[in-house]
Amino acid sequence: MISRRHFLQASLAASALLGPAASGQWGRLAAQQRLSQGDLLDFDTFGNITLIHLTDLHAQTQPIWFREASVKLGAGAARGQPPHLVGADFLDHYGLEHTSAMAHALTHLEFEALGQAYGRMGGLDRIATVVNAIRADRADALLLDGGDTWHGSLPALRTGGQDMVTLMNALGVDAMTAHWEFTLGAERVDEIVSGLPFAFLGQNIFDTDWNEPVYEPYKLFERGGALVAVIGQAFPYTPIANPAWMFPDLSFGIREERMQAMVNEVRGQGADLVVVLSHNGFDVDRQMAARVQGIDVILTGHTHDALPEPLLVGETLLIASGSNGKFVTRLDLDVQGGRMTGFRHRLIPVFADAIAPDPEMAALVAAERAPFAEELAEVLGHTDSLLYRRGNFNGTWDDLICTALMEERDAEIALSPGVRWGPSLMPGDPITREDVFNVTAMTYGAAYRREMTGAEIHGAMEDIAENLFHPDPYFQQGGDMVRVGGLGYRIAVDKPMGERITDLTHLATGAPLDMGRAYTVAGWASVTQDTEGPQIWDVVSDHIRKQGRVHVPENKTIEVVTG
Amino acid sequence: MNISRRHVLAVGSAGLAVTLLPMPAQAAVDAGELIARFTGGAAPVDGPLTITAPQIAENGNAVGVEVACPGAKSIRILAPANPNPEVCTVHFGPRAGSHMLSTRIRMAETMDVIALAEMEDGSFVQASARVRVTIGGCGG
Amino acid sequence: MDTIDARPRVRVPRTASPGEVVQIRTLANHPMENGERIDADGNRVPRHIIHRFVCTFNDETVIEMDIEPSLAANPFIEFEAEVPESGTFHFAWHDDNGDIYEATADIEVA
Repeated sequence: MISRRHFLQASLAASALLGPAASGQWGRLAAQQRLSQGDLLDFDTFGNITLIHLTDLHAQTQPIWFREASVKLGAGAARGQPPHLVGADFLDHYGLEHTSAMAHALTHLEFEALGQAYGRMGGLDRIATVVNAIRADRADALLLDGGDTWHGSLPALRTGGQDMVTLMNALGVDAMTAHWEFTLGAERVDEIVSGLPFAFLGQNIFDTDWNEPVYEPYKLFERGGALVAVIGQAFPYTPIANPAWMFPDLSFGIREERMQAMVNEVRGQGADLVVVLSHNGFDVDRQMAARVQGIDVILTGHTHDALPEPLLVGETLLIASGSNGKFVTRLDLDVQGGRMTGFRHRLIPVFADAIAPDPEMAALVAAERAPFAEELAEVLGHTDSLLYRRGNFNGTWDDLICTALMEERDAEIALSPGVRWGPSLMPGDPITREDVFNVTAMTYGAAYRREMTGAEIHGAMEDIAENLFHPDPYFQQGGDMVRVGGLGYRIAVDKPMGERITDLTHLATGAPLDMGRAYTVAGWASVTQDTEGPQIWDVVSDHIRKQGRVHVPENKTIEVVTG
Repeated sequence: MNISRRHVLAVGSAGLAVTLLPMPAQAAVDAGELIARFTGGAAPVDGPLTITAPQIAENGNAVGVEVACPGAKSIRILAPANPNPEVCTVHFGPRAGSHMLSTRIRMAETMDVIALAEMEDGSFVQASARVRVTIGGCGG
Repeated sequence: MDTIDARPRVRVPRTASPGEVVQIRTLANHPMENGERIDADGNRVPRHIIHRFVCTFNDETVIEMDIEPSLAANPFIEFEAEVPESGTFHFAWHDDNGDIYEATADIEVA
């Protein structure tokens, strides 16, 4: 039996309840029990407004495995705070039972064993079932998409995101913001946006010549007798983290002052509730919540965190809804007279074996995939190891990609981007062409081969580490640490830039990386225009075909030091 | 992957102090010498000069910088680590509505961008803003 | 030096009240070759920039600007002007090659 207290409810007047002391109130899904759709969707409708949050889907329309991070270090004040708790620390913080279904959904612990018990997560047809169930409770619930939706799979790449646009239109989105969408190129984004039946929001997207807003900053909705403002915040560092040449006329940035101005503007228009639909990343949102006054709810995105409770900053609720379709957040709010007076929240885990596919969405998804069915299904080989990516440093998928780069491109060292997307595969699973695209698909996937000196490699790693571990969240941009192949190192994450990366070792020889010597380096996802080389998915596919079965041992060549 | 935690208080607090210090810019010219070249050696004094720039440049080829200084005759912008450290000097005329200028500058690397205002009395006021220029990439 | 199609553009309010401070924004197309760039053939591209910008209102100076090679390509210049009466803003961008690109904008003050 599942406790009915698996949602967190609080009056904001009693906000002191929301500290860790409240964690024990969070209900639990007991270990090894059979999951049922009714239990997963159970929710006593509350207040007068319902928000449904879905973010960072990365074009994953199918149920997937997705192992959460075992290393997700926060920098500065965020160290040791959610969402930087992992494993048992995370479970204990939220009072979640180890080996429970939520423990499996939210942590890496015993991932293979618990995966056998609880099965895959996600699938757009299951998500449709969840959304429809919420709408059955409250027909005018707002469905808000935090972005990174039109990118991350073979069909999305081949159709320029059109498959996801079609499917999300069918799901009935009310507003979205964006990040990877822009890697389709600005013209393609504008082509899609011009036909979208809902709002594409970004208060922080400006043109580079006159520095004027390009997209709508917000949209107002009348819901439950209240006026709800949804302000969009696109990923602030899109032109740094991704190829700016694909959208040369756009400038982003956090633009905190304009965010405050937009909050003031919508309040001036009578907004009773101000929601920011954000792709800032959790730590940036936490800081923004403390600095911008008047935001009731921030629906966070980008950093793929999933939290079973809202995190309260002042009177602002931060919601983290995970990624890749694993979760849907339902947030019911009581909003009266311009004030949010209470909420009820549930991070709904989309367990694919428990939640029935919505037949209409299932048919639409199948139709979008049909043109690519043969290629998607091609089995390239099998894996003996758990393949995953999520985390600050090399995952096994990354190690496999780096090995493929070094062997197929005859390179001494490989570099692979520290993106957060990419589902996992279980030991024994076949590796299909679809699986390879799920961890590599992008519009700038050329696998380059070039020479870099040891000093250049070191400099690049220091620069990227600074982007990840800068103690001020407003300086944190892009993804996790660059993945390296053929190279061991030690990283002291709390040191200043230039002093973090030491003990760089060329693994083939065991010798220290020679700062003055040129090494052949293979990599992919260069942000430089006209990068040449075969596409990364072909490089990885060729490697897997040759291997037949892949075995990726635990990476023991990166030493991480904190303090 | 091995994670070792060193909970040494002295190291932790020293580390914090170090991170608060700006990285030394690989200056093409010494910033102090550069400033002295325009002040005739006079040391800048405190004044109402502000310089506003992004903490991180999206594009080192065009970084928005705004300078403002009530009572200034002119304001010079310097990018000391550039091969050409001089950027521009704005002189305010009788029809200027304020003593501000917003423009876009080139930045070869991370550095402190400097504004130097010459006041009506011939004194100089200095302000700077650190802008990080990163190689980027790495998606997210 | 090459001839440049600078297409100077200005944004000035059409109307203002007497003594009002108005925002002026300008853009010109220009590569602003800083003399450091190496072209595809390995040759250094010589300096070629807009080195001076002047804005006047009814022949009185709003701002004058001396420009050096570290200003970004396609110079963007924003400033403020005080308008006591109706009149005309005149803008001039002075190119190293001797060309002067000009623009004007009228404002009605009432």
